[in-house]
This record gives sequence, C-alpha cells and structure tokens, in this order.
Amino acid sequence: MSPEPHPTTSMSKTAPPAPPGQRGEDVIHNIGYRNYDGPRLGRGYARTSLFDQSLRGAYGLGRSAKSKVLPMILFAVMCVPAAIVVAVAIFTEAKQMPVDYNSYVLRMQPVIGIYIAAMAPQAVSLDLRFRVVPLYFSRPIERSDYVGAKYAALSAAIFIFTAASVVILYVGALLAKLDFGDQTKGFALGLACCAIFSLLHAGIGLAVAAATPRRGFGVAAIIAVLTIPYMLVGTVQGIAFSQDNTKIIGWLGLGSPGTLVDGLQSKFLDGQSDFPSGQALTSMQASLYVLLIVVLIAGTYGLLLRRYRKAGL
Amino acid sequence: MTVNVIAIESLTKRYPRVTALDRLTVGITPGVTGLVGANGAGKSTLIKILLGLSPATEGGATVLGMDVAREGSAIRERVGYMPEHDCLPPDVSATEFVVHMARMSGLPATSARERTADTLRHVGLYEERYRPMGGYSTGMKQRVKLAQALVHDPKLVLLDEPTNGLDPVGRDEMLALIRRVHTDFGISVLVTSHLLGELERTCDHVVVIDGGKLLRASSTADFTKSTPSLAVEVTDTDTHPNGTEALRSALVAAGLSAQAPGAAGAPGAGHLLMVDATDESAYDTIRDTVTELGLGLVRMEQRRHHIAEVFDTDEAAGTTAQAGGAPLAGAAAAAADRELQPQKGGSGDVA
Repeated sequence: MSPEPHPTTSMSKTAPPAPPGQRGEDVIHNIGYRNYDGPRLGRGYARTSLFDQSLRGAYGLGRSAKSKVLPMILFAVMCVPAAIVVAVAIFTEAKQMPVDYNSYVLRMQPVIGIYIAAMAPQAVSLDLRFRVVPLYFSRPIERSDYVGAKYAALSAAIFIFTAASVVILYVGALLAKLDFGDQTKGFALGLACCAIFSLLHAGIGLAVAAATPRRGFGVAAIIAVLTIPYMLVGTVQGIAFSQDNTKIIGWLGLGSPGTLVDGLQSKFLDGQSDFPSGQALTSMQASLYVLLIVVLIAGTYGLLLRRYRKAGL
Repeated sequence: MTVNVIAIESLTKRYPRVTALDRLTVGITPGVTGLVGANGAGKSTLIKILLGLSPATEGGATVLGMDVAREGSAIRERVGYMPEHDCLPPDVSATEFVVHMARMSGLPATSARERTADTLRHVGLYEERYRPMGGYSTGMKQRVKLAQALVHDPKLVLLDEPTNGLDPVGRDEMLALIRRVHTDFGISVLVTSHLLGELERTCDHVVVIDGGKLLRASSTADFTKSTPSLAVEVTDTDTHPNGTEALRSALVAAGLSAQAPGAAGAPGAGHLLMVDATDESAYDTIRDTVTELGLGLVRMEQRRHHIAEVFDTDEAAGTTAQAGGAPLAGAAAAAADRELQPQKGGSGDVA
C-alpha cells in the first residue's frame, strides 16, 4: 500500500469503473481517496472531546431541536425566580438578600431533580441502549476515560445549572449595593455548595441511569431516588421536631442526598439548614456527613466503572 | 513478501467454561483477508484481542507491529472497527455522529469534519447524511458504520459481518465497497463472515477457523483455480434443437474443454456450458463457433471456481495438497466439510 496521498487527478484517470451490481443512483463518484497525515491527538484529546460532547448534549446542543426544549425550559425555571428575587431586592433597597445563595439552590431541588432525571439517562443510557459503547472502546480511550468524561460532564452540567442562579443573585446583590466583601464570600461559598451538590447528584444520577438502559425507567428511577428519601427525611424530621426530639434531626439528615448537602453547607459553608430545628450539626455528625458524601461519590464512580466492564465489545 | 499487518502467535483464549481460541498461529498480509468461521468459531474473540481489549490467556499477537497486550491504545488509534450489531443512536445525523467518532479517534475538530465529509461520500451517503439516523435503511446504516471505522484513515480495518442483514443488492454493493477500501484507499481489511462464498469475491486471502483452531489459511487464488471458467448460454434453433449440446461438441472439436456445469439440477443448468478459457483466444473461438452454428448467444460470463468446490475436491480426493504460504494446522478434511454448513455452528458457543 502506498503511503503517499493519491492526487485527485491521477486517481480519477486510473480509477476502475464502478463495480458491477451497483444501481445507477448509488454509484460512488470516485474523486480519489485522500490519506490523512495530520496530527492524531490521542487519548487525552479524545477524553476532552467526549466531555465536551456530553456537556453540550446535557443542554441539547448538537442534538435535535426536540432535545433542547426540556433543558432550556428547566434552566429558565431555575433562573427566573432568582431574577425576581434580585429585582425585589433592588427596588425595595433591601439591606440584605431575601434568600442566601446556598438555600436558594437547595430550595430549587425539585427542579434540579427533574433536570438530572432527564439528562443523566441521556448521557449514558443512549450509548448503552443503542450499543455505541463498543465504538468508544475500539478507539484510544480506556474505560476509565469514558466513565470519567461522562461523570465530569454531568457534574459540570449540573454545576452550570445551579451556579447560574447563584451568579444572578450575586450580580443582583452588587447592583443593590450590598456589602461587597460579605457578598463575595457568600458567593464563593455558594459556588462551593453547588460543586459538592453537582458531584454527588451526578454520581447518583449516572449510577442509576447506567443500571437502567431504558431511558423511561431511568428517568423514573432517578426521580424516585432523589425525591422519595428527601421527602421521607423531611417528614420524619418534622415529626421528630414536633416531639421535641431535636437531637435525632441531624442524624436523620444522613438519609438523603439533598439533606446531606443541606447539613454539610450549614456546618461548613456558612449557610442555614432547612432542618426544622435550625440547629447546626455536631462535629461528630458533620464528619459523618462528609464521610458519607465522599463514599457516595467514590462509590457511584466505582459502580459505573464496574458497569462498563461488561459493556465492552 | 510484505510484512504482516497482523501476526498471531499460538494465541489461546480460555473462558471459564469454553476455549474460544486454541493455539491459533497465523500471519495476515496487507490486502483484504477474509476470516471465515461458524458462529462461535472465535472470530469476535479474536477481534477483541486484536484491539487490545481482552487479554490473551496464552500466546500473543501484534497488529501493525504493535503488541496487543501492551500497546492497545496505540493500535486502536490506527485501526478501525465496524461491529456486527447496530451501534448508531437514532436521534443524531450521520455527519454529527461520524465527526464525533473521528474526534474520539484523536482527529482535531476541523480535520474531523473534512474527513467525515470525504468518508461519507466515499461510502455513498449524500443528502441523507444530515438526517437523523433513526430513519435510515439497513444499507445506509451499514455504510455509516463503515464510515465511522474509516474516518480516521486507519491502516487496517476490522469488519465484523458487514453484510449482515443486507439484501442481495446491498450485499454486492457492500462487498464492492470493501474491495475499494483496499484498492483505492490503501487500507488493509480483515473481514469476518460465516459465508464462504461471499468472501471469495472480495478477499485476497482467506483464513478459516473452527472451534478456535486454524483450519486453513491461503490466498483466494490458491483456493480458486487460476484458469477462469466461462459460463456460456446459447439458444436453440431449428437446425440445432439442442443448441447447448451442438456447441459443446463443436468446441471440443475446436480443442477446448467444455462440459455441463457440475451443479446439475440448478435452475437453467441444462442450458449452461462451462468452458475452460485457457487463454484469450478461447473467447474468440467461442464467439466464432456460436456464429458458425447460427445460435443466439444469451450470455458469456467469467466464472471462478468456488472455494467451497475446493473443499469438496479436497475431501473427495483426501489430498493434502494445501496451497499457500501461511502456516497450516493439520486440519482434517472432514472438518472442512463441516465448515460448508456454517450456520449449524458445530462448536460450543462462545460469547
């Protein structure tokens, strides 16, 4: 085989006639095959490309118009209340924002939950269901690259989803001439809260989605996993509070991903927890919260790696 | 002899319950090579190992001079793979999908787009490449699958059952396309099939494996005899009520070897005459003879001897005259016969 590229002109002259058995409209116009001598950027680049494509896909970019509708509507639903809060704060010349950064994100959990439920399956189930995964693994990337890129992409997508409203609140706070130092600190901590929230929820969402190759099941399962424990924990906490058993409230918070992040941010990120008692966690509880979050993130990542061991060629 | 693109050295792959490959040793040279075997003969396992995705139990292999156990990632950068099963998401267009796959092979974004446009045109996809792939016919899907395997200009492509699910016309087109991948694009091809007959038209070499063992490896030219055989069909006239028989005796008189085709009972076989065309003059002789007899020439086409026929002969004669330079396993001819009914799947099924 000749390594040099075939010049177009000589190819068209020497090209053999179209092979027999081809219908007229399917004849391949032979204007010569050109070899590719350019750079091959390898594994790292492929991983970045996959991240890129998955992140865009999480907002429906590069997909059909139909798949842009839901993420864009949800994104608007997430941001509009923040804009309203800002508008109110500016017009009433409030001395402080009616809602702080962390609790805005945590209060919007149902919307974020729907977004994750819609996007996590689209990030992984499509590849599994239509068996695109073998095509990835027949390319330079390894299993860990694929899982890592998907995990990072969904985390980034959720982070953008949540952090956008935090940014709106921050810009609004500055426009309302609130204290710059306070607000910047709150903003930074708010972003940190979004980051932890995104990592944890992306992991849970992907692990559930990868276990359910049918997209519909995946959506339902993620909504169930994210909301049922959250509501359950909230209810039981409420009961405990009404019976003056406030000690147990912190422990109960370990029971769902939403309350985990809530408890964590109230302890470490200068926030107010939504827990009925409003009291901070003990340091023992707090360290358990951190441990559980780390275990969940690592665990879901491990589960994903295991899931794709079987999904090779 | 050129350097092997694939060199397999006593490769063994054992799963807990089955042995998928059993001390397989074979060298594959540049060109189009057919890998034939029944379902479960170990073809897919071999491809997995060659892509560096599954470790061999014993032995080893090199692809393009790179070791499969250590340089899998580098191999996959220069090798294309077309899976047997469907692998296309329905809501994406062929262009977007192939561009993405090109980038996954390491091509920068601009080159990925250029190469995608080129490759899709080469496989014969035009306006439809902007439509979502969910609405494609099987033939179009197969073309996209081939395109994604070629888009990064590999040195070698592994095609797993590329003609699966295609109608006869689509099958011919796909086989012609595969042939062009080598002749026009300069890319070596390893194509698997369980249909021997379809590979003999496309491949320079054929490797037959069964139950993970090498049954036979040699060039297609060695399988099929080098002298082409001509199939001639003529009409009957009033002067010659049996035109075929008249032509046969006339040709034999003219010094050509002509006989009715071996496969008697085939439709139209009674009117066909197989003539061994020893050199170019045979064509003229046949034409002149037909004219002299005043018969109508319905068709005159080249027929090659089929690989399957060679297996038949081998078995009948019990010869060991196996041609070809590649190493051969001492395979029993009876096993070769079993290969002729590949759909039955003689060996234990391998996932």
